Amino acid sequence: MGQRQRYGVGIMKRLFLHDRLPALRKLAIVPPFAWLALFLLAPFLLVLKISFADLRFGIPPYTPLALFENEALRLSVYFSSYKLLLTDSLYIATYISSVKMALVTTACCVLIGYPMAYYIARATPKARNLMLLAVILPFWTSLLLRVYAWVGILRSDGLLNSALLALGLIDAPLEIYRTDVAVYIGLIYAYLPFFILPLYASLVKLDVRLLEAAYDLGARPTQAFLRVTLPMSMPGVVAGALLVFIPTVGEYVIPEMLGGADTLMMGRLMWTELFNNTDWPMAAAVTCVMVLILIVPLALLQYNQARQFDAERQRGKN
Amino acid sequence: MRRGNVAKTNWLFRAVILTLGYGFLYVPIACLMLFSFNDSAMMTSWTGFSLRWYEELFNDQALLSATWLSLRIAALTATAAVALGTWAAYVLVRMGPFRGSGLYVGMLCAPLAMPEVVLGISLLLMFVELGELIGWPAGNGMFTIWIGHVTLCVAYVAVVVQARIRDLDRSLEEAALDLGASPLKVFFVITLPLIAPALMASWLLAFTLSLDDVVIASFLSGPGYTTLPLEVFSRVRLGLKPEINALATLFIVIVGICVIVASKVQWRKGET
Repeated sequence: MGQRQRYGVGIMKRLFLHDRLPALRKLAIVPPFAWLALFLLAPFLLVLKISFADLRFGIPPYTPLALFENEALRLSVYFSSYKLLLTDSLYIATYISSVKMALVTTACCVLIGYPMAYYIARATPKARNLMLLAVILPFWTSLLLRVYAWVGILRSDGLLNSALLALGLIDAPLEIYRTDVAVYIGLIYAYLPFFILPLYASLVKLDVRLLEAAYDLGARPTQAFLRVTLPMSMPGVVAGALLVFIPTVGEYVIPEMLGGADTLMMGRLMWTELFNNTDWPMAAAVTCVMVLILIVPLALLQYNQARQFDAERQRGKN
Repeated sequence: MRRGNVAKTNWLFRAVILTLGYGFLYVPIACLMLFSFNDSAMMTSWTGFSLRWYEELFNDQALLSATWLSLRIAALTATAAVALGTWAAYVLVRMGPFRGSGLYVGMLCAPLAMPEVVLGISLLLMFVELGELIGWPAGNGMFTIWIGHVTLCVAYVAVVVQARIRDLDRSLEEAALDLGASPLKVFFVITLPLIAPALMASWLLAFTLSLDDVVIASFLSGPGYTTLPLEVFSRVRLGLKPEINALATLFIVIVGICVIVASKVQWRKGET
């Protein structure tokens, strides 16, 4: 075994030592990198630049950052957009409402998704495949159309209200459509699979012998769950929760379709600033603030993923 | 005795959770499909079976041309994203870590989690700016939507393909290299066929992502380039449109059959 491993390392060194990489092979790194730099990094840096400009009439509708005037470079940095963003109560209410909606959605996905993922992982292999497929299937079908399905259910003359009225449970139709409640339902519905899948992946890998050991040592089921299963599945919970939280903060389609005019979300705010007010600096500043809010969760996601990957590699070695 | 009780309540809890969970995921879809055959335009009551919404759907020129545009963009996007994403994944697994690979991974993964509006607005502002500066791209349309979709999908492709390349048995490639094949030849003759299932899966994933995207397309589309999701979105944001029920039913049935067939094939492979 040891010898084979050493042999393998030798081959790797021979083939993939970076110093020996011919220049031509190094060039292979460039094309995907160039695409991402050109169409992901550069546009974002441009947004960052525009967020520090001021609105003006003309094309482009903002003041230039640097100007050559009398043979001297003149930088003009405006903080007006950020100032407005930090002081205006409507903007502040929008961030708070976005983050609150994302947090509540994430919490609901955890509460609904954890037991589902748990029972899927504990099912027999055949049932497991089927149940997993049933979680993945909506993921492949159009989100837009699935969210649209809720419109017909939640409207005041929709299915839910007519069912409840027919059963005599309510006297007057519930007003859900075009409220925050409808947005919550839509968000949870859309993002639940994003939580279940990574959590399932970490639950299914859990070594059942650990649980058996806990039972043999006299642990009750609740105890075994709280002290073995839950801690061991934490990376999956974190990954799933972040995959729900991060896109939800910037969600545009669901609040637009199910929410009312007073449903405040950053994605919508940015949209209005850009298309209705043609205020590029303001829209850019809203985008930058959104990214700033999401930087910590994104870094956390990256860190969590890297740690999980390392743990797996460690397990593979042993 | 106690253990028996625990098992019973557990079983009950399990049944309730799974029924409610899957009910939540599937009841809306089921209602939508059922009411696409309803004669009335309302989703309140069942007035009789009818195919009139399907008929209306197939006579709706705007929807049909939007579908055609979307299918073309999705196919072009998926092809480019698979090529670029596979390339990126291969470079990352087999040549990394190199200088700047942190930035590389960051850029590659950013579109996975980042809200789509961020990518949409950045690209839009850049295209407008570039159009002013160098006259390219001349107006938004199919091309700009394609660039946005490829940038989004490369991330998904790279993740799927990367996992497959990591699991690959190195010995075949090493044997080919030892026998004197050039690295490029090894990639096309050995590696590529081995990762072909992952490429298929990621092509389909990119295709569906592009076909479903509203946000990026609404930033990057121009006059005359209304994709299917844009057309649907502009109709349903104002309320119910029964012809969209029919469209959704067709869409879900086609995608459902594809996904079920694909996973059946995969399971059979896993069994042997």
